[in-house]
Amino acid sequence: MKEIAYAAPRTVADAVAALKQANGNGKAFAGGTDILVQLREGTRNADVLVDLKKIPEMTEIRQLPSGDWQIGAATPCHRIESTVPFAEGYPGIIDGVHIIGGWQIKGRASLGGNLCTSSPAADSIPALIAHHAVVKIVGPDGSREVPVSEFCTGPGKNVLKPAELVASFVIPAMLPNSSGCYLRFIPRSEMDIAVVGCGTTLTVEKDTIKQARIALGAVAPKPVLAEEAAAWLIGKPATIESFEKAGEIARKAATPISDMRGPAEYRTHLVGVLVKRSLMTSLRRLRGERVDVLHDKLV
Amino acid sequence: MATANETKTSSYRVIGTRPIRHDGVDKVTGRAVYGNDVQLPGLLYGRVLRSPHAHARIRSIDTTKAEKLPGVFAVISSADIDPHESKMAELGEGSVNLQYLCENVLARKKVLYKGHAVAAVAAVNAHVAEEALKLIEVDYDPLHAVTWVLDAMKDDAPILIDDLKTEGAPLPHSKGPTNIAQHIVFSKGDIEKGFAEADVIIEREFKSATVHQGYIEPHVATALWSPDGHLSIWASTQGSFTCRQQTAELLALPVSKVTVTPCEIGGGFGGKIRVYIEPIAALLSKKSGRPVKVLMNRADVFESTGPTPGSFIRVKLGAKRDGRLVAGDAWMAYDAGAYPAGIIGPGCVCVFSCYDLPNARVEGFDVVLNKPQTAAYRAPGSTNAAFACETVIEELAEKLGIDPIEFRLKNAAKEGTRRPDGPAYPVIGLVETLKTAKAHPHYSATLEGPNRGRGVGCGFWMNAGLKSSVTAHVNGDGTVTLVEGSTDIGGTRTSIAMQLAETLGITAEEVVPRVVDTDSVGYTDVTGGSRTTFATGWAAHDAAIDIVKQMSARAAEFWKCSPDEVTFDRGLFSSKSHALTFKELAGKIQETGGTITGRASVEAKGVGATFGTHIVDVEVDPETGKVKILRYTAVQDCGRVIHPSYAEGQIQGGVVQGIGWALNEEYVYDADGRMRNASMLDYRMPTAVDVPTIEPVMVEVPNPRHPYGVRGVGEVPICPPPAAIGAAIYNAIGIRMYELPMSPPKVCQAIINEASAK
Repeated sequence: MKEIAYAAPRTVADAVAALKQANGNGKAFAGGTDILVQLREGTRNADVLVDLKKIPEMTEIRQLPSGDWQIGAATPCHRIESTVPFAEGYPGIIDGVHIIGGWQIKGRASLGGNLCTSSPAADSIPALIAHHAVVKIVGPDGSREVPVSEFCTGPGKNVLKPAELVASFVIPAMLPNSSGCYLRFIPRSEMDIAVVGCGTTLTVEKDTIKQARIALGAVAPKPVLAEEAAAWLIGKPATIESFEKAGEIARKAATPISDMRGPAEYRTHLVGVLVKRSLMTSLRRLRGERVDVLHDKLV
Repeated sequence: MATANETKTSSYRVIGTRPIRHDGVDKVTGRAVYGNDVQLPGLLYGRVLRSPHAHARIRSIDTTKAEKLPGVFAVISSADIDPHESKMAELGEGSVNLQYLCENVLARKKVLYKGHAVAAVAAVNAHVAEEALKLIEVDYDPLHAVTWVLDAMKDDAPILIDDLKTEGAPLPHSKGPTNIAQHIVFSKGDIEKGFAEADVIIEREFKSATVHQGYIEPHVATALWSPDGHLSIWASTQGSFTCRQQTAELLALPVSKVTVTPCEIGGGFGGKIRVYIEPIAALLSKKSGRPVKVLMNRADVFESTGPTPGSFIRVKLGAKRDGRLVAGDAWMAYDAGAYPAGIIGPGCVCVFSCYDLPNARVEGFDVVLNKPQTAAYRAPGSTNAAFACETVIEELAEKLGIDPIEFRLKNAAKEGTRRPDGPAYPVIGLVETLKTAKAHPHYSATLEGPNRGRGVGCGFWMNAGLKSSVTAHVNGDGTVTLVEGSTDIGGTRTSIAMQLAETLGITAEEVVPRVVDTDSVGYTDVTGGSRTTFATGWAAHDAAIDIVKQMSARAAEFWKCSPDEVTFDRGLFSSKSHALTFKELAGKIQETGGTITGRASVEAKGVGATFGTHIVDVEVDPETGKVKILRYTAVQDCGRVIHPSYAEGQIQGGVVQGIGWALNEEYVYDADGRMRNASMLDYRMPTAVDVPTIEPVMVEVPNPRHPYGVRGVGEVPICPPPAAIGAAIYNAIGIRMYELPMSPPKVCQAIINEASAK
């Protein structure tokens, strides 16, 4: 590892300026739980590290007057988890935030970092997509908004242009009779990377599905929506049979590879299982049940 | 978790109790000095350049640019170490071919696995050393690689070592170059006759993936080559003398010119016996004139240090309708890795070791292929073999309609049973573990719920004796300083001290154990083979007897009587008219001739083998194939238990490693023979939340040939888990698994195949 300059700007504008000055060799980071490891292992290179943690608006979590929530991109996961009104309203997002790492990691890791690493297996992204989250991107030419579902473009790749950074997330207010869930399959119980991840949201009125959204992780070069399966669910009864069928349809959205984390056929198989279980959990939650996905027997 | 000693009156005062370990405070406060804590003035940092190819010829190595980088003090390659002829050097538990060891330390003409060391750099800090590695230019000519043992045995397989000759039993069809390093045949009785008598015969094939010992602490070594020619090494090693022997032989130094200090060790499990970086640190120190520390990272550990063999095993067993086994046939091919390794030897010994087979044949192959050279791992070779044999035993028991423990009891090895490899057992405790398991509440507990099942499995390890030395100095305050050479991996400072204390009639706390360097104690073999509490403990016993003899003589002098009139019992010296406690007499020894030092060097014979019988409950997720361990009970014959907590810890640790081996651990290779998962993240050892509390149940069948009845404890608990878990999976979902690991994708595929077959 060579010498690297470190900048700690106090405003988003200064951070963008520092990245611009680095001329392509700068790297923004928040908790550093990915970047620092990658620099050390030689899988990433940078001359300047721009620390975003000291920018107040990037570490805030607050509810907007509209009912939407705004989360600064560098807000550590532990703070998101311990913001009770948010955590209670968005258990599906918390499912992902909760398993991003152990306590030490969650004290530093952020949603912005998880998104910008742009791993197809990122644990926070499928639920953010399922919840229609949008990111605010700031760069030398001003700011723009991009849905999380359109942010990643491939493994480690995304829509950020040089000197741009993700400043914050906006997560729309939950509709009534709605909830969400994120499940991942790992061979162990903790400390592992998703073989398949599945985020869902579900809106049900009188046992009939009004809205559904299904996002899959680790089955394509980037997190993907299972749109056909979600569309099929509209108007169907909220039952395990419907969810099972949705799982079967969702398999078509998966184009996984075989690697050391699992064979492609197995991943495709798991999509059906996880979609069914994730939707079932969303249903139980919207009916008022508290479900801890790490310790629930039915999950 | 009680032992016989704790539940019934024991004649022992120290043995069987649970004193706090002598090194406990240092360990929990972080003061204990591990290999990476060693700091010397002017220390340089060494890093190793490793092959990116699984198999390639080295055309050239150019270190010029690296040498010119500011902050670099030395760069070495195989040009800096004289080649060795093919010659064996004894390592205590095993031996090593110096030519292969030398080429493994620094590749000469070829690299034989990804991660094979090619060159090394010493620099002012680790960052400069790592940058310098990037400046070394190696020109490789890549060759085809082979990583599956049966492929490596084929006639058209890529050959790793051109002049390799098959050792051992003749191979009639062998001609020309080969990857088969060793061929073993054991036989007993007449298997054709035996199988002809059988009412039921079952034959199955088993595969197991390469797995690693997975010690938490990576290899680290610091070397200082003094201008006077003396080489000092501080290392994370299971055996300081073994490290000294290998390093001295490789560098053509007399052993007296090498001092090895064993640091505290963060696990070894057999993987820290062979040297890897110690000679590299030494050569870098020689070239730079400064002390050099070489530290591996986790990928280095996985890719370049001894894993245990992947294997292919075929086992055939025949039994009479009444449940008596009549014949067994095993064909076993084990990875050697890049160089001959010989783990197949114990594999062949262990495969039928639990059973009294009148007719048996075992054939084994040690096969060179493009993986790191395999090394010992906790009962090396036995776990692969137990998975195969025990699974066939389960199937036979089922087919015959006999309870699996009852079936094993009908055929269990006992005193006098002759193994296919020759030896007849002395007193052993397999039957006792089976009876204890059968009577344990776990075995009869109701197991409710779908997709749940219970399995049992047995395992065997022979254990080792070998050489140990100690000296013990009696201090004026009645304490005894115990100087030993055994690296303390699992609490052996205390288990050895307890045997000294028991013999002297003092407390464990009155012994001050010190693990010292190779100049400060007599030759001691590795901490391995479950031998340390057995053999170094035996030396401590003998040193204590030596002390008692000398102190009795002093007492006689003091009391002006004949030494024959002095008796010693439980810490009290007495004659007809006098009595002194050990402590009182220790306070007077300076007046009667000065210090008393007891000493002993033993070559411990009379090793007691160990058996275990495990019971496990699992739940299988039928949609994902994931197996959850619900309950685990490990019954083991531990011989006389010296320190119950550490014996229990060994059992629990072994079971956890066995669970990892059974369920998820494996080296994943790509088509070019490169390991794809060389990190703790993707290698998937069990975490604390993946295993339940493991209940150890210790049966004590004392080893009659040891002063305190000790048997080795540490290795056998890793052997039964894969087979027991396999049996539990079968009882949960009706599917037998024949391949390790029984990972979710494989179990899931087996479920899908079964469903589509119906």
